Amino acid sequence: MKRGMTPIVRATARFMTPFIMVLGFYVVLHGHLTPGGGFAGGVFIGGAYVLMVLAYGADGAKSVFYKQRASLFECSGIFLFWFLAVLGLLQKGVFFLNVLQKAAPGKPHTVFSAGIIPLCNLAIGIEVAAGLFSIFITLAVLSRKEKP
Amino acid sequence: MITLLFLLLGIMILGAIVALESRDLLSSIICLGIIGYSLTIIFVILQAPDLAIVQIIIETLTLVILIAAVLKTNREDTTESFGWKKMLIWGFGLVVIFLVMMAAIRAYRHLPAFASPGLQLAAYYLDRGLALTGAANIVAAIILDFRGYDTLGEATVLFTAVVGTMTVLRKTGRKEK
Repeated sequence: MKRGMTPIVRATARFMTPFIMVLGFYVVLHGHLTPGGGFAGGVFIGGAYVLMVLAYGADGAKSVFYKQRASLFECSGIFLFWFLAVLGLLQKGVFFLNVLQKAAPGKPHTVFSAGIIPLCNLAIGIEVAAGLFSIFITLAVLSRKEKP
Repeated sequence: MITLLFLLLGIMILGAIVALESRDLLSSIICLGIIGYSLTIIFVILQAPDLAIVQIIIETLTLVILIAAVLKTNREDTTESFGWKKMLIWGFGLVVIFLVMMAAIRAYRHLPAFASPGLQLAAYYLDRGLALTGAANIVAAIILDFRGYDTLGEATVLFTAVVGTMTVLRKTGRKEK
């Protein structure tokens, strides 16, 4: 885990990771139009990071840095989701009201539609990607010697 | 189709038994993978693409994480089970299985037939979902608008799980042995 894998694995991982990431962002951003959503797309993005760490390895200091960044993104994701939920309470007095859909209903079957649903998908996607990646770092890469 | 479903369910039950009984932790995890991927095929057959995507990607990532975690150990299940203890566990398990089956047979008689939704609420969501929320994917409309509280709780549970994992496996503030 510290040193990474062979050059064949590294080259394949470096070639595949952008495609996996783009697929993940597509699934997140089109979650209200096509199958998938924030959760599935977030796992795609987190899996791309896991693939890179598995192929290239991560020593102690680098994995601690990854973990701190992942924690930051995870907390931002859950904060954004709760903020969107409380937004309805602040605007109209109903918790988790779809205020954007009420204010400016977009054209159905396009990306900019359905009010706060794409934003919620984005928040869940960020949270799930960062959460699963930090679980992977904690369980599989960091050992008890390093300071997490 | 029903035959294929029952075949896959049988494979899943076999995989679960092997995963429980295997002494090698790596083979246990591979058998967990059998369960998860069979479930993916079942979701595809039952025409649930949202669930199939989530199931296959979660299963893959979970297997990777579990294998990477197990490779750091000595891969051996060291649970000791003596003769009378094992007999007791088996007897208790059989009694529980018998009771659950008796209850399930009585309960399943009142369920609607296979592949026919018995809830009128589902028909309401399917009819009015696009008009009320503007989301073309009815699953997204339900989990993020009609049933948004569930998803909020689920995201919070995931956040709590990650924080708990990091807290248990932390190094800062832990006393040296």
